[in-house]
Amino acid sequence: MTTPPEAPSGVIHDIGYRGYRGPRLGRGYATRSLFTQSLRAAFGLGRSAKSKVLPMLMLAALLLPAGVVVAVAVLNQADHLATDYPQYLSGVGLLFIEIFTAAQAPVLLSRDLRFHTVPLYFSRPITRGDYVRAKCAAMVCALLVVTVLPLLVLFLGAVLAGLDLGHQSAHFAFGLLAALLYSVVFAAVGLLLSAATPRRGFGVAAIMGVLVVSQAVAKVLYELAGGHYQAGDGAAAWVYLLSPAGLVDRLVNQVCGLTPEFLGTPGPLGTLAFAAAVPAIAAGAYGLLLRRYRKI
Amino acid sequence: MNLTVVRLTVRGLLGRRRGVLLLVVPLLLLLIAAVAGGSHGDKHELAVRLLGTLGLGTLVPILCLVVGTGVIATEIDDGSIVYLLAKPLPRWQIVTSKLAVAVLTCWLFAALPVLLAGLIVYGGGGGLALGYFTGTLVASAVYSALFLLLGTVTRNAVVVGLAYALVWESLIGNFVSGARTLSVQQWGLSVGRAVAAPGEITAHLALGAAVPLLLVVALASVLGAAHRLAGLTLAGEE
Repeated sequence: MTTPPEAPSGVIHDIGYRGYRGPRLGRGYATRSLFTQSLRAAFGLGRSAKSKVLPMLMLAALLLPAGVVVAVAVLNQADHLATDYPQYLSGVGLLFIEIFTAAQAPVLLSRDLRFHTVPLYFSRPITRGDYVRAKCAAMVCALLVVTVLPLLVLFLGAVLAGLDLGHQSAHFAFGLLAALLYSVVFAAVGLLLSAATPRRGFGVAAIMGVLVVSQAVAKVLYELAGGHYQAGDGAAAWVYLLSPAGLVDRLVNQVCGLTPEFLGTPGPLGTLAFAAAVPAIAAGAYGLLLRRYRKI
Repeated sequence: MNLTVVRLTVRGLLGRRRGVLLLVVPLLLLLIAAVAGGSHGDKHELAVRLLGTLGLGTLVPILCLVVGTGVIATEIDDGSIVYLLAKPLPRWQIVTSKLAVAVLTCWLFAALPVLLAGLIVYGGGGGLALGYFTGTLVASAVYSALFLLLGTVTRNAVVVGLAYALVWESLIGNFVSGARTLSVQQWGLSVGRAVAAPGEITAHLALGAAVPLLLVVALASVLGAAHRLAGLTLAGEE
């Protein structure tokens, strides 16, 4: 029997490795973490200064006019604000809300696709449904922050200026409804489009294109159908079903009873259709997102 | 001009299904024009709304933005521009080749549909359609150059471009008349006004001011983009 020239000298040291015995935080915790991280990412928090510029600029652009409106009301001792709450969002604020959606929805989804980090998420306990749910909730909450804050400034200003509290509270509630609907619809459009492309630039352009072009198209079609020659709720108003922003604007005006002054939906059937369109858009986008992430 | 760069850019811009997506814009305009052509009412005001507000005011800037940034910003964004920059080609040639692709695409997808939509809605009368066509040709070339420059300057080119096209030209331009002086759309309109019969198209700027401004902006954009490309630093995504 031959002996090896040298006995093997390798040894295994016990370096005290121990398995993890602590609590497993599980699926819910992971989903909640993904939600908070995404919400912070929507405002560039915890990231470089460069990525904070745009969301913060849009937030400032939404808050500044509200501050001006309040200041004017206080200084002139007016008995009402220069703008109603829902009209603040659908007028001055609309473009900035749209830019915020277009710029930040791809931040939430496109980068994960581009750098192939989505499979890493799915190697954790969270499921595909959890991922979509967390991202959707984060986008809606980010948009709610952006839309509700200026309304809050308006409302607090109105209270400080000593305006009629009952009237202001009621219209503030209308504004909150508008904020919620805008957030849900815009988040649905934004996330659906940005999940389709791994490139941020294309995502931004596509979301902005859909939101702005649909608005312009609806406006032109409304005029073509003779909308200006009909009452505010004439049949021509049906074309606003084509535009996410116009849809929310008209629905809120109708439901909150602001119609003679601002334009509403076409008749009772139209109100139903407009009201059904919002959950339909949200549910449709959510379903398509789930389908998008089923195979990755 | 370098044909290889042109070919690669065309493939990057229109390859796969991206060209079909770009087709949405002209099809939308033509569809609305076809619907509008059958309606009654003031044809002139209709044509001005359709070609001026919707076409030149909204669709053309957005299309030029997508195309102008699409030819270069996406390549800078994903870092593949280094393979192009590593070739022994003058940087200005890369810029001009990409710009040529962008301009031709915009003419094909934006200017031509505007002409067709004008002919459908208003016919050839008064040179209105031709006027808007010329205005769109000029405006989309300058928009493309401007947005190509933006694509080399900032990573948020699309957002900055949108802010210019929508906030500056539409929102501020409606309230502050001075803002209209510095608006590519108005320069295009003033060229269009010179082509069409008097009174057909309204523009806020004299032709003598618009043409030099158009040329200066286009030239400055090309030079600026070439200069930026000469000293490009590739930043990672944060």
